[in-house]
Order: sequence, then structure tokens, then C-alpha cells
Amino acid sequence: MTQPTATIIELDSGKAAPEQEQTCKSPVLPLVISELCYEANQQRLLKYVSCTLTAGNSTIILGPNGAGKSLLLRICQGLIAPASGNISWSGLNPVQARPYVAMVFQKPVLLRRSTAANIDYALAARGVPRKQRRERVTEALELTNLNHLARRSARVLSGGEQQRLAIARAWVTQPEVLLMDEPTSKLDPGASYAVEQLISAIRKQGTKVIMTTHDMGQAQRLGDEVLFLNRGRLLEQTPAKIFFERPQSKQAAAFISGELLY
Amino acid sequence: MSDLSSAFGTAASLILHLDADLLEIVLLSLQISLLATLFAALIGMPLGAALALYRFPGRGFIVAMLNAFMGLPPVVVGLVVYLLLSRSGPLGPLGLLFTPTAMVIAQFMLAAPIIAALTQQTVADLNEEYDEQLRSLGAGPLRAMRTLLWDGRFSLLTAVLAGFGRVSAEVGAVLIVGGNINHVTRVMTTTIALETSKGNLALALALGLILIGLSITLTFTAQSIRDTAYRHYH
Ligand SMILES: Nc1ncnc2c1ncn2[C@@H]1O[C@H](COP(=O)(O)OP(=O)(O)O)[C@@H](O)[C@H]1O
Ligand SMILES: [Mg+2]
Repeated sequence: MTQPTATIIELDSGKAAPEQEQTCKSPVLPLVISELCYEANQQRLLKYVSCTLTAGNSTIILGPNGAGKSLLLRICQGLIAPASGNISWSGLNPVQARPYVAMVFQKPVLLRRSTAANIDYALAARGVPRKQRRERVTEALELTNLNHLARRSARVLSGGEQQRLAIARAWVTQPEVLLMDEPTSKLDPGASYAVEQLISAIRKQGTKVIMTTHDMGQAQRLGDEVLFLNRGRLLEQTPAKIFFERPQSKQAAAFISGELLY
Repeated sequence: MSDLSSAFGTAASLILHLDADLLEIVLLSLQISLLATLFAALIGMPLGAALALYRFPGRGFIVAMLNAFMGLPPVVVGLVVYLLLSRSGPLGPLGLLFTPTAMVIAQFMLAAPIIAALTQQTVADLNEEYDEQLRSLGAGPLRAMRTLLWDGRFSLLTAVLAGFGRVSAEVGAVLIVGGNINHVTRVMTTTIALETSKGNLALALALGLILIGLSITLTFTAQSIRDTAYRHYH
């Protein structure tokens, strides 16, 4: 009779652990970006982007294809360097901030090994001792509903399963910020729904989600605030409700009404 | 004509009865080639990975040397090793010339460049795909290199098989540095050359058949590795 109670207590303490961990982490928010430019082939692809992103809400970067959304996220993760301007994770540069900021790529690269080994890899790379890894891998598999595929090789999973695995692998290190680049762009409606549910759950745990999309419905479902990016320019940063009712820029209005922008 | 068919008959019986001389030659050949390939893999794989991932002084020179050695006929590689090991050469005092060790060294020089070059190609291609993902996951340069080698394991295995294929089939290098001494440095390819010139076709044919079998086995293994890799990890 006492068994169920014990299980509940265990679950509760298990859920509390990440939050405790978060409070002792060096905070990387707010993220302050100022006058950021990125260039390739003598082309300016990001133009004087400035914004401040704070803890406690989720940010959707919205914009048409080719707007520069992926470039912006890759700069935030320190994978490519801006041509000019500044980016500061509460005083840390993107490479220094990486232990606290995880990213799910537009085309996630799954390692040529099992589902569980992919998740384990992220912990090992962050220096988590082997003894603690097994439990955290199981936790991540449960969160993303991939337990039954733990031993399957990651490369043969379906698109939706691969995306959930990529999220599990990013989430398992308990990052303060989770960057996600169009996490549902290649998925069918059912798989997209599952991924959105997962993102909602991660948001509710207090992880700051910064996510790009060109899907307006998704932006409304998951976003607290919207950054609207078009042709490398940040045209507005607005609370999601206001953005969809009264967009500030005429480009955003055109985008919302479905007119193509290029 | 009947000469030839009786040679085939004798060859078959040599193989079927596991003739002692034949067995000695086959085992020595395999031992030398496997050892040479093992050392070539131990040196060639990290070298190839380093060449794919890092820019360092001397890199251009090493790449040029690898390519040069890959294109050279084995006799020339044998000649280089001969000069190194000969009495007046820099390694002469070790007294290794005309020993199986000298043959391992020569075959190592033939296999290592192939394995290094194929590893470089594999790792460079894989790194193109993996680089940002691994950095994002927090992997440092050493862990990234280990990951690329492991995730490229099937291609690397075929690279090693290619190295083994080249050395087990070559005759020039081991002939020069081994000397083809009976019961000491006589291997399959050098024995075929010698026995054929002496007109003893039976032993030459028996060894030839074994070499053909080895070559078919290698090809078949490489193909099934590729198939397995594609099914699970494309
Ligand atoms: N390395 C590069 N060289 C040249 N152009 C690039 C490079 N990377 C991205 N671009 C261009 O920058 C623009 C923005 O790309 P991206 O950030 O991927 O857009 P999206 O908003 O669809 O994610 C696109 O027009 C793309 O073609
Ligand atoms: Mg993109």
C-alpha cells in the first residue's frame, strides 16, 4: 500500500533536481544582441540585428525562407562568427555560454549508433560521470517517448522519432536555454503535434525556448514573444498576441496575410 | 596439355593434403601481411584523421609523401627499404635485411599510405556533416576525432581491407628486402615467381589458387561490410 506513495515522492524529487541545478548554474540570460551583422560572399545576410531576450518566456523567430533565422541561431551557439556587432550571454560569449545553451539543428545530425548512445554522448561530452548518465538517459527517453527504441540505431528512425531524439539529446544536459531551428518543418501533422507537445512540456519546466519557424500557427501556439526577421533585418520584437493582431511593420502584415515576401 | 592438367592435379592434392611446405609459406605470408596491415592501421588511421581535421606545419609535405608512396610501384618501395636496411644504410646495424621483419616494414610502407589517404577522405567527408553538431554538443577536438573515427568505422574497415589487399598481392617489395630464402622469407607471391621460372607449376598453381581465394574473400567481405553499414547507418 505504501509502494505508490514512495514512487510519487521519487518522481517529484526527480523533477525538482533539474530546477535546483538551474539555480546554481551561471545564468546566461538575458541575451543581448546589438548591431549584429553577418556576411558571406560579400553579401550582408544579417543586418544590424539588435534585441534583448530575457528569461521566463519563449521567443519565436518568425520569417520567410532565407530570412537569416538559421544564421542567427548558429551565431548564438558560437558556430559561426558575426562580421560585426556584439552578442553577449549575460557577459559570456557564445562559446563560453555553450554549456548552458543547447541547440536542435534544422537538420539534426544523429550519430551512427543507437538512440540511447546518442543521448549518452551529449552527457559524456559535457563531462557527466558515467554513473549518473544511465539514469538521465532513461529520463530523456521517457520524456520524448522513445524508450521502446533505445537500442535501435538512430539513423533508421522515422523523421518524427529522429526529431524527438535530437530534442532529447539537447534537453538531457538540462540547458538553461534551448535553441531550436524549425523543429517541425519536415514532419507530418501527427509528428509535428507530438514535437509541439514536447516543446510545451520543456517550456513548462522553465527552460527558455528560442525557436525559429515559418509556421504562424505554431508561433501562436508556442510563442510568448515574436521576433520577425525578413531579408536579414529584424523588423519587430513584439508579444505574440499583439504581433498577430496588430503587426507593427507592413512586411509582417503581408507575411501574416500570406503574401510572399522576398 | 597433359603437363598442365597433371600440374593442376598435383596442385589440388597439395592443397587438399595441407602439404607442409605449402602451409608454411601460406602462414608466413598471412603473418607478415596481417602484421604489416595492423601497424599500418595503427599509424595510418590517426594520421589520416589528423590530416583531415588539422592544419599544422609539415602537413603539405606529409600529404605529398603519402600520394607519392601510393603511386609508386612496390619494387621501388622495396628498394627504398632495402637501402635503409642494407649494411651501409642508416638502419643497417639492426641487421634486419632478408628477415621477415624487413618484409613487414616494406609492406607497412605500402599499406600505411593507402589506409591514411582513405581515412583522410572518410574523416573529411564525415566532418563536413558532423562538425557543427559535435561542437554544439560540447565535444572538444580529441573527442570529435574519436567520434569521427568510430562513426566512420565501416568505411575505415574497408580501407584496412584495401591495405591488406595491396600488400598480400604484391611481390616486388618482399622479394627485394626478403630475398626469397627457403623456410625463412619465402611467401606466396615470391614462391609463385620462383617456382614458375623453375618450371615447377604445381606449387605455383596451388599458391595461385589460394591467392585467388583470398582475393575473392576480401572483396566479398568488403561488400558485405558496405551492405551492413548501409542498412543500419546510412
Ligand atoms: N555560407 C553561406 N554563403 C552564402 N550565403 C549563405 C550562406 N549561408 C546562408 N546563406 C544565405 O543566407 C540567407 C539566410 O539563410 P538562413 O539563415 O539559412 O535562412 P532561414 O531564415 O531560412 O533559416 C539565405 O539566403 C542563404 O542562401
Ligand atoms: Mg533555416
